[in-house]
Amino acid sequence: MSLENLHPSPVMKEFLPVEYRDLIEHGPYTNRNGSDKQTVKVTDMGKFKEVIEEHPMCAGCAMTLFIRLAYIGMPNPEHTIVVGTAGCGRLAISQASVPFIYGNYGDTNAVASGLKRGLEVRFPNQKKDVVVMAGDGGLIDIGFQGLMHSWFRKEKFTTIMLDNEVYGNTGGQESGMTNHGKVLKMAPRGKFGDKVDALGLAKVAGVDYVARLAPTNPARVARTVRRAIMVAREVGHSYIQAYTSCNIEYSIPTPDVMKDAFEIEKERYGFEEIISPLAKEYLDDVEKKAKKKKSDK
Amino acid sequence: MANVVGSSVCRTAEDEGKPADWVPGGEKQTVVDPMKMFHELPREMQFITGSEAARESMRRANIDIAIAYPITPQSESMQQAGYLYDEGFIKEYYRAEEEIGTFSAISGASRAGVRSLTATSGPGLMRGMEAISSWPGARTPIIMLNMCRVINTPLAIQPDNIEMSFMLNTGILMLHAENQQDFYDYPLAAIMASEQVDVTLPAVVSVDGFFCTHARGPVKVTPAEYKLPPRDGWRSAVPAMDNENPPARISRDAPIQKSNFISYHMHASWQQEVFAAVERSAKYFRDYLGGLVEVINPGADDFIIASGCAVSQAREAVRQEGEQGRTVGLVKVKTIRPFPVEEILDAVKDAKRILIPEFNQAGWLHKEVCSVLYGRCDAVIKDGPRVFGGMTMPTEMILEWLAEFRKEVK
Ligand SMILES: Cc1ncc(C[n+]2csc(CCOP(=O)(O)OP(=O)(O)O)c2C)c(N)n1
Ligand code: SF4
Ligand SMILES: [Mg+2]
Repeated sequence: MSLENLHPSPVMKEFLPVEYRDLIEHGPYTNRNGSDKQTVKVTDMGKFKEVIEEHPMCAGCAMTLFIRLAYIGMPNPEHTIVVGTAGCGRLAISQASVPFIYGNYGDTNAVASGLKRGLEVRFPNQKKDVVVMAGDGGLIDIGFQGLMHSWFRKEKFTTIMLDNEVYGNTGGQESGMTNHGKVLKMAPRGKFGDKVDALGLAKVAGVDYVARLAPTNPARVARTVRRAIMVAREVGHSYIQAYTSCNIEYSIPTPDVMKDAFEIEKERYGFEEIISPLAKEYLDDVEKKAKKKKSDK
Repeated sequence: MANVVGSSVCRTAEDEGKPADWVPGGEKQTVVDPMKMFHELPREMQFITGSEAARESMRRANIDIAIAYPITPQSESMQQAGYLYDEGFIKEYYRAEEEIGTFSAISGASRAGVRSLTATSGPGLMRGMEAISSWPGARTPIIMLNMCRVINTPLAIQPDNIEMSFMLNTGILMLHAENQQDFYDYPLAAIMASEQVDVTLPAVVSVDGFFCTHARGPVKVTPAEYKLPPRDGWRSAVPAMDNENPPARISRDAPIQKSNFISYHMHASWQQEVFAAVERSAKYFRDYLGGLVEVINPGADDFIIASGCAVSQAREAVRQEGEQGRTVGLVKVKTIRPFPVEEILDAVKDAKRILIPEFNQAGWLHKEVCSVLYGRCDAVIKDGPRVFGGMTMPTEMILEWLAEFRKEVK
């Protein structure tokens, strides 16, 4: 979509909903001063119109914070399509002003493979970013096969796992990403087996950019999402695994959600990036260019 | 993606060994008006298998992307699709991980606004059924070729079209090819109908496996230098998921996710519209196929209603009865969805006896016919003869059933 498409004709402007006008006047789509990337910054949150603002998720849910940050990190939201599936996250993702495909549970990485290839055929001269955002269960259990094969095929899109270590949306059953021994619904005697090492699998599968993080550092979340999307655009697949606690099913008091995130991060969910040499070369290149532009000003 | 300049999903055509000056086959073809292709272009007779007929159909269909997973008896056709990709008649192609992956991926491709083709057979169809049954609601024009095969235990790879019954209530357009010729013509017609703005639905062209796919028959094909117009991703009942529209909450299903009264109404009206779109496709199939049915001997007392391979067997029965001086009518049902209710009623309005031969155990066509003729036609409708599990249906079987029927119903 050309950014020009977003500008309402002056006579129509006053009839448009204020949300739309805000997106144009105070949102991530414009005010770019010629930049081909969105220029809104995490540190300005609250001062600009976000592509996602409302959601019906539980109060204090860390997943919603992560999702908001992920949208801020998208380099070109006007050319981005998000693919999701059943699970809590889709309740927020579907409210964003970025197209969202909600398919069947676990189908995300297959849908995104076809979508990305189709978009490449139809828009050979315009990069379209495809981003999968789905739960731990949706990706590592029911969607495992599609996830793995999209990695093996090096499909050029980004997968983001919203890892709350539980089936949140169906009321708290254990998932493949739940830790060993954790008592949850359908694991009355504690979970059997370890948390699946999805990062290890991604590495073995040759995913070009792999990152693990918790939403403790908002600017880092946005930067990681941006890097992942840039790598998927030009190099290969990218995978982000984000700890997004479920305060309801893990009984985390709402005021303590961030405290939990910091603790878990310290304990076992520290920030980690695994970048292939090709992706590193590419990222160095684009990030150096961006720095140079800034210093030129 | 061998054929798209600057593409990055796969390697370029040059990377894959094509010379720098390679011109994809599809780029040497000329777009022709569909009605001209279907009814006016000269045709050359070829003696080819059903799988080869499918290949020739695909060659002329201007397909952007083909994704499939191998299964007998479909594999032959989708390998041919691979060769077409290599020759540059299909722009993008890959073997998917399995059928849920295949049918999910092809829905993603269609959502990108490109012409998307897949194919399968019995067990593959059943494996992918959750994905397939969500295509119509997503309003994704997709063309699927379905080479029918046994689905149940004990395992067999033989022809049996029971799987078609599982698609009857999904909102998918369904055609049933009788022979190799239909398997060439129907996909082209189905593509054009499915992409009409007031239709915007997936279409499945089924054919009875092996009998058609692996046997040769005469097929009249149009010149290979002509192809259908491309899919226009901008013309559609719902926007493509390409982010080419100004931002809005354009998730096609967001409100439906909320458990409140809006969700009931949203889902209900959406489904109503899907099934209305199926009916609206009828006018296109009438133009493209010259009717939803073919009728032989209208006004006869005895009628056979059939689809797929059973039509060929019924044709022979009609001919042999004719030799004996008895006139038997035949309705060939080309489109199972939309179901040609009025056409069938009109054809059999004076009939006394209706026989419905089928290649499946359930008799789904019999049930369909009964449900639309109930209370509107005086004929007695017989549920059979039926063969399944790969058996053939000898013409004698139909003749015997007819003879018996005449004794039963005077
Ligand atoms: C085919 C199918 N099987 C099961 C479900 C039920 N289902 C919906 S959401 C969900 C769990 C979601 O867990 P996860 O993917 O981890 O996302 P979360 O809700 O935790 O964010 C399940 C099992 C479904 N919708 N479809
Ligand atoms: S159930 Fe858990 S993951 Fe889902 S919205 Fe509530 S807190 Fe968040
Ligand atoms: Mg979860």
